[in-house]
Amino acid sequence: MDSKLERSMNKELKSAKEVVSFNKRKFRFSDWFAEKVIKTVAFLSIAVVILIFIFVFREAFPIFKMDKNEAVSTELLVQESYGGAETANEPVKTTDTQVDNSNKVQTTGEKPSSTLFSKTWMPVSDNPRYGIWPLFLGTLKVTIISLLFAAPISILAAIYTAMFAKPRIREVIKPVIELLAGFPSVVIGFFALMVMATVFQSIFGYASRLNAFVGGIAMGLAAIPIIYTLTEDALTAVPRTYTEASLGLGASRRQTAFYVVLPAAVPGIFAAVVLGIGRIFGETMIALMATGNAAMISINPFDSVRTLSATIGAEMAEVVFGDTHYSVLFLIGSLLFIFTFALNALAEFYFRNLVIRRYQSKK
Amino acid sequence: MDDIKVKINDLTLHYGTNPALKNINMEIPEKMVTAFIGPSGCGKSTFLRTLNRMNDLIDNVKIDGEVIIDGLNIYNKDIDVVNLRKKVGMIFQKSNPFAKSVYDNVAFGPRINGISQRNKLDEIVEYSLKQAAIWDEVKGRLHNSALSLSGGQQQRLCIARTLAVNPDIILMDEPASALDPISTSKIEELIHELKQQYTIIIVTHNMQQAARTSDFTAFFYLGELVEFNKTEVMFSNPAKRQTEDYISGRFG
Amino acid sequence: MNRNLKDKMVESLTGISVLLIIFIIVSILAVTIAGGWPNLNWTFLSEFPKDGMTKGGIFPAIVGTAVMTLIMAVAAVPFGVITAIYLAEYASEKSVIAKSIRFAVKTLAVVPSIIFGLFGLGFFIGFIGKNIDGIFNGGELKWGQPNILWASLTMALLTLPVVIVSVEEAIRTIPADMREASLALGATKWQTIRKVVIPGSVSGILTGTILAISRGAGEVAPILFTGAAYFLSDLPHSLSDQFMSLGYHIYIMSTQSSNVDATLPIQFATTLVLLLLTFSLNGIAVTLRYRIRKRAK
Ligand SMILES: Nc1ncnc2c1ncn2[C@@H]1O[C@H](COP(=O)(O)OP(=O)(O)OP(=O)(O)O)[C@@H](O)[C@H]1O
Ligand SMILES: [Mg+2]
Repeated sequence: MDSKLERSMNKELKSAKEVVSFNKRKFRFSDWFAEKVIKTVAFLSIAVVILIFIFVFREAFPIFKMDKNEAVSTELLVQESYGGAETANEPVKTTDTQVDNSNKVQTTGEKPSSTLFSKTWMPVSDNPRYGIWPLFLGTLKVTIISLLFAAPISILAAIYTAMFAKPRIREVIKPVIELLAGFPSVVIGFFALMVMATVFQSIFGYASRLNAFVGGIAMGLAAIPIIYTLTEDALTAVPRTYTEASLGLGASRRQTAFYVVLPAAVPGIFAAVVLGIGRIFGETMIALMATGNAAMISINPFDSVRTLSATIGAEMAEVVFGDTHYSVLFLIGSLLFIFTFALNALAEFYFRNLVIRRYQSKK
Repeated sequence: MDDIKVKINDLTLHYGTNPALKNINMEIPEKMVTAFIGPSGCGKSTFLRTLNRMNDLIDNVKIDGEVIIDGLNIYNKDIDVVNLRKKVGMIFQKSNPFAKSVYDNVAFGPRINGISQRNKLDEIVEYSLKQAAIWDEVKGRLHNSALSLSGGQQQRLCIARTLAVNPDIILMDEPASALDPISTSKIEELIHELKQQYTIIIVTHNMQQAARTSDFTAFFYLGELVEFNKTEVMFSNPAKRQTEDYISGRFG
Repeated sequence: MNRNLKDKMVESLTGISVLLIIFIIVSILAVTIAGGWPNLNWTFLSEFPKDGMTKGGIFPAIVGTAVMTLIMAVAAVPFGVITAIYLAEYASEKSVIAKSIRFAVKTLAVVPSIIFGLFGLGFFIGFIGKNIDGIFNGGELKWGQPNILWASLTMALLTLPVVIVSVEEAIRTIPADMREASLALGATKWQTIRKVVIPGSVSGILTGTILAISRGAGEVAPILFTGAAYFLSDLPHSLSDQFMSLGYHIYIMSTQSSNVDATLPIQFATTLVLLLLTFSLNGIAVTLRYRIRKRAK
């Protein structure tokens, strides 16, 4: 090694050596600062969830206060501001007015919050009524229709992908179905409005083009990728040894899938369905575009419905900041939030623990 | 005896509740090569990693006892682990150069120490690569990716990278186990060169390698230090039956 | 029943489900392309709407969507990356804090998008904006109303989990021995993150950003009442202006316009543009992610 370089390096290194002593912990500002920033920022997600809680509830809260002060009179001032928000589909208009007429008779001067559990959603009238039953039941109806369509088809498709498909086909199926998750809901809503509504009407021959059935199927399309992906994950997470043992005993693939793998994956599939329900329940754009938006109580799947989230989406832009209608919409938002929060917690804690416990106990 | 660089007193280490090192006492001499041998899973790597506190990165590790380097217990509360690791460098079994150029790999250590002048960095890079006996092979492609080097070159690059930080002690965990015989002998020659300036501790499964390269050898078995002595003595006249069996290949 | 027959039937049933889903996907694509392609041309992309939105193009909606998602990304990406770094590098898996953050991220991922809209309205507009106006503008309404900034920030909260999940996944594929190499050279934790972890997860950060933009471009509910407008004769000039967006445009044109049939070509073409946009973004992201996963193996 050339000695000049060595000599100069030795001097260099010696001075470096003196710097490096480890007897005392050094304070390093950039590390300290970075850690503080990172830890603080990481709390943002928690903070946002809490803030959503606070602010959605905060705006909903006045409705209970108004109750005490019986401050109903302000309602009269805002009735004209509503109206443009209804969708332009004629059948909806007719059903809407029907509902309106049938209820005008019995209501006079009630407190806004006492109408919350009435059977009429009629926020813009001389005697506004904020009955959320039709909205809730409508949402329930759409969700059930949607789930009856999306859950079986997604689970069966997931079973095919995880159990029957050859690896190469599987590699294709999975990303293609997951493509569906990338469709903006407004695009699905548009498709439902333009195509599905017409096609279904010509098949089933119902009266109102847009209804719970069309909306339900369309919202199911949004839930399919969620249920499919999570179910597929749950199925492939079942230890291989189960499958091999079963096949080794002479069971067919079908028997193995349905008697061995599927039962082992049940908690995971439940979690998938629960999250699918959450997605359907909160879906706004498809509901706005495809369900007809008439707030009426009926069990006929071919009647129009107005869902909770669609009500917010349609009416919020038209209300006066801070009035009763505004607060009621936030109250509906609070309900939606609590509901999806609870579903998520259920899927996360209850079903996940079940999955974990299941595999651990059988190990 | 020679100067003692590292002194280990009653060192015990648990992974969770499993003891991996049991009550180890040992004195490692300065500017010598000390080899750790023993069957797989006996705790050689674990022990090596207690010497630069790499085990701190693993959850659930509990360490009792002392490791004294230059008169300081490195498990003292207010020890600066970052600077400790600058003093006690480490070469891993699987060579792990960064996905950067050869130059940037070697300059990594100096740069984090705040050296940024180009000529100074150039000097350190060149010197370290020469020390690691790889300069002639890479001087024409300092700015190519380190991942384009051969396995043996990568390992010597990792050694150069460690030397650039100017440590006192270099820990090597089976540095040649993944290499072909020619690369292995280059590494062994290098170790021989380096012990002029550095205290080297090397884990190896290869008895010939231990015999060829080391001055002292420690034999571990099931987390215990069975025997520790001059390498000639260990290989010619071991005190313990277990050592003899292991060295002569009767088990492990 | 014969076992073999039963096996065949069940297997076909599952296979048919797959085909049905694929059929639906293909139908949506086919209908959108068939309806939108004839009207998709340069003038359509580069012109303002004309004649009460019955003619002309969607230029302001394209620009509005682009600007909104850009501001959104600027807000969401740094926070997402930092949160991911925390989860992957600082938090221990079992700590209550890490678990709470994870749960919060999952919650944000499943909260209905309309709730984000409500939050944006209540928090950004009703609380922050109103207070800014009260303090700095003498009560004159400027920030206390819907605009592109509030819409973008609302959307940023919605897409935060997308960024976090992608980046954390990428960080976790960086081999442990790279971190060890850096630490063994005496690098501090932050130096290791800065010089090894972040450079190693660039593609993950890119994936997360693209996915977030694609998601933000397609979502309508959060901007319904935080900043989107039916029609503007001008592009937004400042953060306090409203904006037009592709998704909102589709919604309005297909449900609120007085003559839905007359604007059908515009609706289909706008839908096609939105679909092409989100698809190409997703396509890029999926390719990047695939490469990251391959590295992990
Ligand atoms: N991170 C860890 N967590 C828990 N146990 C560990 C961990 N690392 C090692 N062990 C256990 O500690 C014991 C010693 O392992 P160590 O890796 O030190 O052995 P080794 O002598 O280096 O073996 P080899 O020659 O195979 O490298 C083994 O029983 C191993 O299973
Ligand atoms: Mg080892």
